[in-house]
Amino acid sequence: MTRAPTIARREISGYFYSPIAYVALTVFLLAAGFFFQRDFEPGQPAGLRNVFDQMVWALVFVVPILCMGLMAQEWAAGTVETLFTAPVGETDVVLGKFLGATGFFAVLLAPTLLYVVLLRLYSRLDFGPIVAGYLGLVLVGALFVSVGLFCSSLTRSQVVAAVATVAVLFVITIAPYLLQQNASQLSARWRTVTEYGVYNRYVDFSKGVVDSGHVVFFLAVTAVFLFLTVKVLEARRWK
Amino acid sequence: MISVSQLTKAYGPVLAVDHISFEVPKGQIVGFLGPNGAGKSTTIRMLSCYLPPTSGGATVNGFDIFHESGKVRENLGYLPESCPLYTEMKAREYLDYRGRLRKMPRDERRKRIEYVIDRCYLTRFADRVIGHLSKGQRQRVGLADALLHNPAVLILDEPTVGLDPTQIIEVRRLIKDLGGDHTVMLSTHILPEVEAVCDRAIIIAGGRVVAQGSPDELRASRRMQARVLVECKAAPDAVRSALGAVAGVRDVEILDGHPGHAPADADGFVTAAVRSEESRDVREEVARTVTQNRWPLREIRLEQATLEEFFVRVTAAQATQAVGA
Repeated sequence: MTRAPTIARREISGYFYSPIAYVALTVFLLAAGFFFQRDFEPGQPAGLRNVFDQMVWALVFVVPILCMGLMAQEWAAGTVETLFTAPVGETDVVLGKFLGATGFFAVLLAPTLLYVVLLRLYSRLDFGPIVAGYLGLVLVGALFVSVGLFCSSLTRSQVVAAVATVAVLFVITIAPYLLQQNASQLSARWRTVTEYGVYNRYVDFSKGVVDSGHVVFFLAVTAVFLFLTVKVLEARRWK
Repeated sequence: MISVSQLTKAYGPVLAVDHISFEVPKGQIVGFLGPNGAGKSTTIRMLSCYLPPTSGGATVNGFDIFHESGKVRENLGYLPESCPLYTEMKAREYLDYRGRLRKMPRDERRKRIEYVIDRCYLTRFADRVIGHLSKGQRQRVGLADALLHNPAVLILDEPTVGLDPTQIIEVRRLIKDLGGDHTVMLSTHILPEVEAVCDRAIIIAGGRVVAQGSPDELRASRRMQARVLVECKAAPDAVRSALGAVAGVRDVEILDGHPGHAPADADGFVTAAVRSEESRDVREEVARTVTQNRWPLREIRLEQATLEEFFVRVTAAQATQAVGA
């Protein structure tokens, strides 16, 4: 486990060398700026509700781009062989890559702090919901990264990894939201299912509500995907 | 020191490596030879703990590759076949990352990085991005990585592929220098490399060890004796019967149309290959026979069997067996 920080460091610095990361950064900031423009209007409550609420949709597409290469590239380039013939365990690799990608995601979020500064200049700002919103974003980001890492560990192809990640994120985030829009037509059982969707849990954070149940949900699902990734990497030996 | 016993790897019903056993004593440089698909890389991947064996086992530096794989990997320098590297990193940066992965203390890490950069002739490329380096330069970055932690055992999968002739000589000299302190196992297709560098060769084919020994031993082994080539002007049949009657000669073969040998009918000269019984030099007797018959003689020489021929022979025999089985 002690080697995870070394691997995380390499992943983060690796992002700054790759054009893909700049594409992700651009898409993310464009989307964020677009949503913020609606928050940053006279008469609107001083907050980042729009940014936080809508950001999740952008993340469904941005995070897969960040994560598609995490393992797929190692498989494709063969570097996985040098990696695992150094005294490094599967858990080191998975944690390192997870921390690296989540760390870069945090870097992605950093420029949006400027919005907070802008709002503060023009209004009396309630920081509670902002902090809660960022916590929610980081938790969702980490969950999405763990899904992306898992999909990336399954294939040598970055494209396949990205598409698979978007598909999974669609099922756990967008699909429940869409179903909920037609909740009246759903059976009681389906209504319950949609309430467990990622979006539903996430919006509470942007309202400023930190529900420990939601925190546990995000952390647990993230842990499950990381655990599955470790198992996928271990399974390579039994082929 | 590497000790392999009954090591086997099965991919489904196919045995890529079939119960092989061999030893590499401490400080020895061993060449691991075999045609493509012989199981070289699979064996090496098991020894480097990348793949687990299906059955059998091995120890590297005294540690079991299955139960003590962490210890094995700490004591092993490994250069994989295609020399995979992170192409977006600079060479020095990459070595630093590898040193950190191996938990080398900072001072030692810096010192070793400078040492291996110098040792692998990387000084001019150390601060370039690996993706911009040539195949040979990358190969040396891989080699530097394998040497970084000063491992007791080095396993190099085709270390000179992609190098130019000068670099090949330099890298071979480097590997030769490493012998003694380090135990080195290198796989290669290039037979002169084995003769130039290795104390011993292990030849595998069809997942089995088909021969092992020093290059000299292999060349001198019973299946590949030296032969005497005689080029003289006479009827092929007369040459065959006269030389066949010389004491100590086992068989005579008339070569024709071989490159370097004039065909028998062009100017009347024929080339006969004379194989003698074990360890008997028949050149004098052969020469006497030729002069007694008053055949004009152009050449008589002892031809040493090359390791190539030996290699082709043992691996071909294995292939025939496999088809028959």
